[in-house]
Amino acid sequence: MPELSKQSRHILLLAIIGLTGAVALPWYVVPSGFWAFAWMGQLVEARGAPLFIQALLHGRWQLLPIGLCLLVAIIEVFRAGGPRGTAIAAAGGVGLLWMFAQGLLIGLRGWNASLFEQAFGPIAAQTGFGVGAVICGSALLLIFSSGLALNGLMRGDGFLVSAIAVVASCIGVFVFYPVFLVLIESAITPEGSYSLAALVARVFSADVGQVALNSLTLGIATGLATTLLGLGLALLHKRTNFRAKGLLRLLAILPIITPPFVIGLGIILLFGRNGVATWLMSELFGIPPSRWIYGFFGLLLVQTLAFAPIAYLVIIGVVEGISPSMEEASQTLRANRWQTFANVTWPLMRPGLANAFLIGFVESLADFGNPLVLGGNYDVLSTDIFFAIVGSQNDPGRAAALSIALLALTLSAFYLQRRWLGRRSYTTIAGKGDSGLPAKLPDGVRRLIYMTAVPWLAFTVLLYGIILIGGFVKSLGIDNTLTFQHYITAFGVEWTERGLQWTGRAWPSFFTTIGVSAIAAPFTAAIGLLTAYLLNRQRFIGQSTFEFITMLSFAIPGTVIGVSYILAFNVPPIEITGTGLILVICFVFRNMPVSIRAGIAAMSQIDRSLDECSLMLRHGSFATIRRVILPLLRPAIIASLVYAFVRAITSVSAVIFLVSAKYNLATAYIVGRVEVSDFGVAIAYSSVLIVFMLMAIGAIQLGVGEQRRANRGIQPMAVRGSIA
Amino acid sequence: MTLITRKFFNSAAVLAFAALAFGSSAQAEGNLTVYCSVQEEWCQSMVNEFQKATGISVAMTRKSSGETFAQVKAESANPKGDIWWGGTGDPHLQAAEEGLTEVYDSPMLAKLHPWAVKQHETGKGGTVGIYLGALGYGYNSELLEQKKIAAPACWADLIKPEFKGEVQIANPNSSGTAYTFLATMVQILGEEEAFVYMKALDGNINQYTKSGAAPAQAAARGETLVGIAFQHDVITPTITSNAPIKNVSPCEGTGFEVGSMSIIKGAPNMDSAKKWYDWALTPEAQKLGAASNSYQNPSNMEAPIPKEAPKMADIKLIDYDFARFGGSAERKRLLSRWDAEIGAK
Repeated sequence: MPELSKQSRHILLLAIIGLTGAVALPWYVVPSGFWAFAWMGQLVEARGAPLFIQALLHGRWQLLPIGLCLLVAIIEVFRAGGPRGTAIAAAGGVGLLWMFAQGLLIGLRGWNASLFEQAFGPIAAQTGFGVGAVICGSALLLIFSSGLALNGLMRGDGFLVSAIAVVASCIGVFVFYPVFLVLIESAITPEGSYSLAALVARVFSADVGQVALNSLTLGIATGLATTLLGLGLALLHKRTNFRAKGLLRLLAILPIITPPFVIGLGIILLFGRNGVATWLMSELFGIPPSRWIYGFFGLLLVQTLAFAPIAYLVIIGVVEGISPSMEEASQTLRANRWQTFANVTWPLMRPGLANAFLIGFVESLADFGNPLVLGGNYDVLSTDIFFAIVGSQNDPGRAAALSIALLALTLSAFYLQRRWLGRRSYTTIAGKGDSGLPAKLPDGVRRLIYMTAVPWLAFTVLLYGIILIGGFVKSLGIDNTLTFQHYITAFGVEWTERGLQWTGRAWPSFFTTIGVSAIAAPFTAAIGLLTAYLLNRQRFIGQSTFEFITMLSFAIPGTVIGVSYILAFNVPPIEITGTGLILVICFVFRNMPVSIRAGIAAMSQIDRSLDECSLMLRHGSFATIRRVILPLLRPAIIASLVYAFVRAITSVSAVIFLVSAKYNLATAYIVGRVEVSDFGVAIAYSSVLIVFMLMAIGAIQLGVGEQRRANRGIQPMAVRGSIA
Repeated sequence: MTLITRKFFNSAAVLAFAALAFGSSAQAEGNLTVYCSVQEEWCQSMVNEFQKATGISVAMTRKSSGETFAQVKAESANPKGDIWWGGTGDPHLQAAEEGLTEVYDSPMLAKLHPWAVKQHETGKGGTVGIYLGALGYGYNSELLEQKKIAAPACWADLIKPEFKGEVQIANPNSSGTAYTFLATMVQILGEEEAFVYMKALDGNINQYTKSGAAPAQAAARGETLVGIAFQHDVITPTITSNAPIKNVSPCEGTGFEVGSMSIIKGAPNMDSAKKWYDWALTPEAQKLGAASNSYQNPSNMEAPIPKEAPKMADIKLIDYDFARFGGSAERKRLLSRWDAEIGAK
């Protein structure tokens, strides 16, 4: 037997894992769930049987080619002269395609298309993919990529090819496919035929145009406001002697972790016609109470408050990343503080600013909770889409038209951002010695920052004060008697002889929310940063399409995502509605784009020569990521983890269709309370979530560790490891 | 790249996929899945009492009726829910019209009010009425006193100049409540007169909200003087938070919603669904609404009417034509007329 090469052994291992799945694990979803292990006794029965038994005993001959493809890969490995890349790739690719094709064609009632029924006669129905199928499919996908790597794709780096293949197929299945289905669905005319003309006419109708213009105006205003405020906060934190930095960080984070509706509610309690601030203004200055808060300005205020912290988190990573030595160089060359800021610091912050603006803009477009509470007569796309689907209109065609308008806006912003950043270099972290003190800010800039950021922080304190009080009084603004009743209703516990009883109504949804979010966060961060690495550090065919599709799930409003997930994943081959899994997947792919943005912003500051050094020293790309890039990316990892976790806890519109009796979420519960004006319990629940998330964020920061760029102390230290 | 890191990556990828397969859906056996579209406390007590009465274990999801309709429609190829209980009648009728619900004649039908049976007939047996909620409005009595305006009693009062900028209602495009209001005015005044009225009212409206119950809450908090909504939505804040809001049942007569219940076609647990259906129409089950601060009028003639609920004797109900105004053609026509003449400003 010939000695196998490394690559051959790798392919062999994959094929064996795949075959194990095909021989020993149930091919279809098992009713009691995989981890109940009830399937172990039913390996010969139709429900629990693995691939080969299904094919041979239960007449599901259509599965056989999948197993055969794995065998072909093994035979090819032992071919004299080594395996051929094309053959391996073909075995993997054909197997995978066949697997999905048969899954889509044969469903719960046999053939899905009558055409095949006529040609081949009736066939046994099949349910969704189970564990065996998932393992076979993953093995086939990786075999396919190994084959391509054998043929020299990506300089033969198997890790890179596999990474691209894994990310691309995940995005294809969980983003592109459902969205495609919902758009197709909406092109159906009332008569039941597909009509592109009807869809086009809808998209370009005047009322869609007006709503789109509203959203665009609000999005740009919010994007600018959040970016400037986020920049102010970041500079205040990193470049001034501002004393209460801990408080700053806490206050800036609060709005991100606040469940939807609560900020809007707080704003109404402050500035509504019956609000505290309105009352003071009218008593002190004689300004008559009005409803300015309902409409554009109210939305701008609340969205700026809600999304500036995200901008702050993105920009702070970038401000930290700017090497002081560049600023020192500028000052050594006799530039004054202002010139240094304008010509060095500011341009280096551009990727961060562009990303912060893009996120603020897109967040504003996709925001659902705030326009619902404060929109007044200012219609925006996200709420209009929701009500086109669930409202009395019940017009999915209009929803699709509005969604397309929303998508177009997001993607144009994305395009313009790339144009603005251009192809310049923003590298500041190099292998060279990197020490010194950051330059002081020009006085004007510093004053401006203090004048905007500090009042803003005071305002946040006031707002959260009001919200906190709201949980402890009977009904804020109507009946201000102190009570603990809301907390007891939601989070009561009793100690009985049977042990601790969770009697509060909120407990079940609370535990599910925490569990689902905690599972989703690391997956989101991992797949997001991996994608960022591929986009920022590698060049491959179809890269811009790839990048485009990664933005899709962020650009599409949550409601559309929710409906599309039901359309796509309620029927085989992927049947996961009503499970916790669908919530996890929805969160991962919905929040991944932020992780990607944070990763790209941070990576564009890290000099490629660091990667090249590592590669030259014979590290593979995987080791380079692990040893060089990841440690430098800590701020981005923290941002991604925190963001993914809190977004999962606070998101509403995407999951409202996906929650089920067993897996209900906190926000769905809160919305229900708000609907019946039970603000006390809604606020009490939200306060508990806020406190919980603060603790979780603290834990994440401790776990991943604050960024340590050791050689940047107060005392310029001796340069460590100056490679160049 | 070393073999070890490759192996690490590959096994990590395979493990990740295996983890994704975890949580595969469990098929219900002898259970019942309820989609509930009234407020959560009511849903919860219905579920608890049903479990006590029958021993069937219930999984319940609470969503608004529009959301549930969208979900039932999206799931129709492989239904996950068994019964859809509660929520305004139009989406139920629409689901029945589209064949998404199961035709079922309960032995309890004979015990129901005529309007509940009529709902059953309009839906060709695919749905049934479980409660009635009359349209009306609420005003904030403190604000009214401050502004020294005479208390309104009729629909016609709301277009008086002293209510300028003081009336709130949902947008009929998004809210079934507001659509019911539009259809009610068309039935009381005739279509042309109704649009004259809507135009005049538009001058007094401060905001068209998205959700139907929001105007009642805004009136309770004093954000608006008058909020047009279903009367039970007006009454709830007076009881839950002691808000200074007074309910008005307009003197010209008013339209109403018939809260409905439907069995989902292809329900995985059809027998349990029918058991729920029959049970939910009994007086014992219909008592539970009032106990959860929901004051709609129950459909079983023997069920006690909660004392907080608007007295049926005080409400002049019009003969609301659900078949015509619930149908999608008439709905589209009225809504686009509303958009053209009032919505587009």
